Amino acid sequence: MADLHFGDDKPNDIERDAVDGVVADTLGPAVVQEHERMVRGGTERRNERRHLLLPVLHALQRAAGWISPGGLNYASEQLQVPPAEAYGVATFYEMFTFTDPGHEDDVVHVCVDAACQIADSEALIARLEGEGKHVHRSPCLGQCERPIAQFIQGRGRPDRVEADSALDQFSAVPQAPASAGNGAMADGSPVRLLRRVGVVDPSSVESYIAAGGYTALAAAIERGPEAVVAEVSESGLMGRGGAAFPTGFKWKAVSEADGDTKYVVVNADESEPGTFKDRVLIENDPFAVIEAATIAGFATGATKGWIYIRGEYPLATERLRNAIAQAHTAGYLGQQINGSDFSFDIEVRRGAGAYICGEETALFNSLEGFRGEPRQKPPFPTTNGLFDRPTAINNPETLVNVLDIVTDGGAAYKAIGTEGSAGTKLFCLSGHLSKPGVYEVEFGTTLGQLLDMAGGPVGELRAIMLGGAAGSFVGADQLDLPLSFEGAREAGVSLGSGVVMAFNDTVDFGAVFTRLAEFFRNESCGQCVPCRVGTVRQHEVLLNSGGNPVNGQSELLEEIDMAMKDASICGLGHTAATAVRSGIALGLIGAQS
Amino acid sequence: MTTTEPVTETAVSLSIDGATVEVPKGSSVLDACNAAGVDTPTLCYAENLTPVNACRVCVVEQEGSRTLIPSCSRQAEDGMEIKTDSERVRHSRKMVLEFLGSGVDLSQAPDLQQWSEVYGADPERYGPSAAKIEEEVRIQDELYIRDYDKCVLCYKCVEACGDDAQHTFAIAVAGRGFDARIRTEFDTSLPDSACVYCGNCVAVCPTNALQFKTEFDLRSAANWRPEEQSVTRTVCSYCGVGCNLELHVQDETIVKVTSPNDHSVTSGHLCIKGRFGWSYVHGE
Ligand SMILES: Cc1cc2nc3c(=O)[nH]c(=O)nc-3n(C[C@H](O)[C@H](O)[C@H](O)COP(=O)(O)O)c2cc1C
Ligand code: SF4
Ligand code: SF4
Ligand code: SF4
Ligand code: FES
Ligand code: FES
Repeated sequence: MADLHFGDDKPNDIERDAVDGVVADTLGPAVVQEHERMVRGGTERRNERRHLLLPVLHALQRAAGWISPGGLNYASEQLQVPPAEAYGVATFYEMFTFTDPGHEDDVVHVCVDAACQIADSEALIARLEGEGKHVHRSPCLGQCERPIAQFIQGRGRPDRVEADSALDQFSAVPQAPASAGNGAMADGSPVRLLRRVGVVDPSSVESYIAAGGYTALAAAIERGPEAVVAEVSESGLMGRGGAAFPTGFKWKAVSEADGDTKYVVVNADESEPGTFKDRVLIENDPFAVIEAATIAGFATGATKGWIYIRGEYPLATERLRNAIAQAHTAGYLGQQINGSDFSFDIEVRRGAGAYICGEETALFNSLEGFRGEPRQKPPFPTTNGLFDRPTAINNPETLVNVLDIVTDGGAAYKAIGTEGSAGTKLFCLSGHLSKPGVYEVEFGTTLGQLLDMAGGPVGELRAIMLGGAAGSFVGADQLDLPLSFEGAREAGVSLGSGVVMAFNDTVDFGAVFTRLAEFFRNESCGQCVPCRVGTVRQHEVLLNSGGNPVNGQSELLEEIDMAMKDASICGLGHTAATAVRSGIALGLIGAQS
Repeated sequence: MTTTEPVTETAVSLSIDGATVEVPKGSSVLDACNAAGVDTPTLCYAENLTPVNACRVCVVEQEGSRTLIPSCSRQAEDGMEIKTDSERVRHSRKMVLEFLGSGVDLSQAPDLQQWSEVYGADPERYGPSAAKIEEEVRIQDELYIRDYDKCVLCYKCVEACGDDAQHTFAIAVAGRGFDARIRTEFDTSLPDSACVYCGNCVAVCPTNALQFKTEFDLRSAANWRPEEQSVTRTVCSYCGVGCNLELHVQDETIVKVTSPNDHSVTSGHLCIKGRFGWSYVHGE
C-alpha cells in the first residue's frame, strides 16, 4: 500500500510559515505520525486534519497572493491530503488564484449583481482599473444596501471592507437602526430580533449582559433540553435560511438521533444575491447568535458548534471571534456552562467564495475539507450531517428567534405573526428605494407597507425581486401581497432569504436577467448534468437574444427549467430558472414587439 | 392505486410501471427496474463503484416525490410506486442526454448515442455557439491517453483511482460548474503525478475519454476493429493473487487487457503488471 505521493515543488518561507501557523494553532506542532500515512485505514485518520484545508488555503492565499504548486504541496503534506484532491478543493473557490499575480497589491472585489449592477458597477470597475487597481468582478457581496459594494482581499494583511472602517466601533450599526427607524415595525410595535442592534456594544459581553443577554441560556439550562425542544416545536418557528423548515422538528430529530457526538452548525454563508440580514445581525449583535447556538447545542445534545461564515464578511467574522473569546472568559462557553454539567464550544470557519456552500450538505463537505458539492438526500443532516454525525444546521436569524421563545414560551411566540407563519421576519431591502436596509416586520405585513418603511421607491416602481436570485419577480401591482409563507405560496412566489429588491422603470431588464443567468452558471457546483449544462444553456439563450428571448426561446427555457427542477440534485438547480421565467411571465423581458 | 404489503423481512415489494416486483432488501430502485425487465440508461453508475448519482440520466418518477429520483442510488422501499416512462422522466432523460451531446464529444460512446435516439435528444438545437468542452488530447506516455473533450464528468475514474479501488488519488475533479475538469494537481503530467498506471480509470471510463494508447493509435490509423477482436480469459502470472485477465486480441496482437467486473478478486480492477505487462508476450 502506497504512501501519498508528493511532487518536487517546494514552498518558500512565507508559504511554509503560513501553513505552519494554522496547523500549529489547532493541532500543535505538526508532526506527522508514521502510522497516519498508511493509506487505506489512513483515509479516516487523515480526515481528522483534513478539515484544516480551507483555513490553510486562506493563509496561503493571503501570504503569497496565490496558491502556488509549492505551497499547495506543503499544505497537502502537512495535512496528509492527496495533492490532486487539495487542488480540486482549492479550485472550487472564487477567492483563490492559481497563477502568480505578478504584483503585491490588494485585489478589489466589486459586486456586479443586480443592486450594484443598476447602480452602474461597470463604470466603477472601469474607473478603478483606470487607477491601476486590480479588480475582480464578484457576485453579490452581501452589502446590497450600500451599492456599489466592494471587498478588498488583502495581500499579506487581513481582508477588509472599506465601508466598515468608515464607521467607528459604536456607530458601526448604521443600516439596521436607520432601517429599524425608531426601533418600530410597520404597526408601531417594537422590533424584536433587531432590538439590541445599535443599542449594545457588539464587542463587549458586559454590554450584552446589561441588555438582558444570557438570560435565555440560563432559563434553558434550568428547564432542561426536552423542554427547550418542546417550546421551539410549539412556537411554530420555521427556518429563515430559505427552505422554511420547522426548527423544532429538526432539533427533536437531532436530539433523538443515535450517537454521542452531535453538532450544531450556524449557516452564515449568506450568498443569495440581495441578502445581507445575517451580516447586519452578526456585526451588531454577535453574542445573540452565539447564545442561541449554545442553546441549540444544549437542546440537541451537541458538544460542539461551528459557524461557517462567508469569506467576504471580515468584520462580522472578527466580531464573532471576539465574542466567542469573551463568552469563554465569562463562562458562557467551555466546560460546565453556568455551573451546569453542560459543556459547549464554538469554532468559526470562513468560506472562500462559493454560493453553493450555503446549501447545508455542501457546507458540511466544505468544512470537512472536501469540494463543496451537495450530497444526495436522504440521508438527512439530522442523522448524517457534519463529519457524518447528527447535526442541527440553522440560519443565524432562525437561531436568534429562539432566545425569545425560551424566555417567553412557545405559545407567546406563536401568537405573533399569522396562522401559518409565526413570529417576525427580517427583510433585506435594496435597489431603487429611499432608505435601503434591514427591516423587521411581523409576518402578514404587506409588501407595500414594507416598501413604505424603506421610504418608498425612487422613481417609477416597475418590479420587485422577492426571495433572491433563487426567488422570483413580482410586478408593481402586487403590493398587497401579504408577506407570510402561506401568502407567498398562494401567490406562487417564495420569501426565500427575505430579499426585497426594487427596480424602477429606468432599468435595463435584459441586462439584469442575463446577469442573473450568469450568476447560476458561475455558481453551479458542476456535479450534476441538468444544472452544470442547463445553467450554461439558459445563460446562452439570454446572451444570444440580447436579454430578450423571443420566438421559441422562452419555450426552450421552459424545457431547460423543467429538467433542472426535476432532475438536479439540489436547490440551486431546482431554482436556477425561476427568476428568469418570472421575468418573462411579467413581460420584463421577452415581450414580442 | 395499488397498495403492496411488505412480503418478508428480507425482501421489499414495489411497483414498477404498474407491475409488482420483489427485490432483496437493500436493493436499489435500479435493481428493481432490472427485475421488472425495464431497461434504464445509466452513466455514472457502475456495479464495482460507489454510486455518486451525479449524471441523472437514470431518474425515475416516484409517486409522492416532488422531484424525480436517481434510480441507481435510491434504495427500493416497500410500497414505492415508480414510473420509468412518464412524460417527466422522458423529458429529463432527453435533456440530460441532449445537454451532454451539446457539450461533449460522444462519438465513442455508443450506449449514450443509442439512448439519445430513444429519447429524441437533439443536441444541435443549441446552435453553433453553445459552449463545449475543448481540451487538447493529453498523450504523456505509451500506456494511455486522456481526451477530455469526451469527458462527461461521471467521476468514475476518480473513484477507481481513489477509495473504491486503487487508493492512489492521482486525479480529482477541479474547478467548478461547466469548467470542472478531471485533473492532477496543477494539471501536472501523469508521469510526474501520483499515477501508478494501474489503468483502472481507463477500464471504467464510459466514453473513451481515457483510452489505452494501443487503441488510440489503432483508431488514429483507422484500424480499430473491435468486431474482429477475440477475447481470451486467463489468470495473471505475475503474482499469486489470481487476477482474471481478459486479453483482447486483434491481428494476433494483444490490444488491451481488462478484467471482468464480476470477478471476486479484482471487481474489474488490476495493477500495472496485469494491465500493461503483456508487452513481453510480444517480445518487446
Ligand atoms: C444554493 C443554496 C444556497 C443556500 N444558502 C444558504 C445560506 O447562505 N444561508 C442559509 O442559512 N441557508 C442557505 N440555504 C439553505 C440551507 O440549505 C438550509 O436549509 C438552512 O441553512 C437551514 O437553516 P434554517 O432551517 O434555519 O433555515 C441554501 C440552500 C441552497 C440550495
Ligand atoms: S443542482 Fe447544481 S449546484 Fe446542485 S448539485 Fe447539481 S450541479 Fe451542483
Ligand atoms: S492509471 Fe491508476 S493510478 Fe493512474 S490515474 Fe488511473 S486509476 Fe489512478
Ligand atoms: S474521464 Fe471518463 S471516467 Fe473520468 S469522469 Fe470523464 S468520462 Fe468519467
Ligand atoms: S452587494 Fe451587490 S447585489 Fe448584493
Ligand atoms: S446513473 Fe444514476 S445518476 Fe448517474
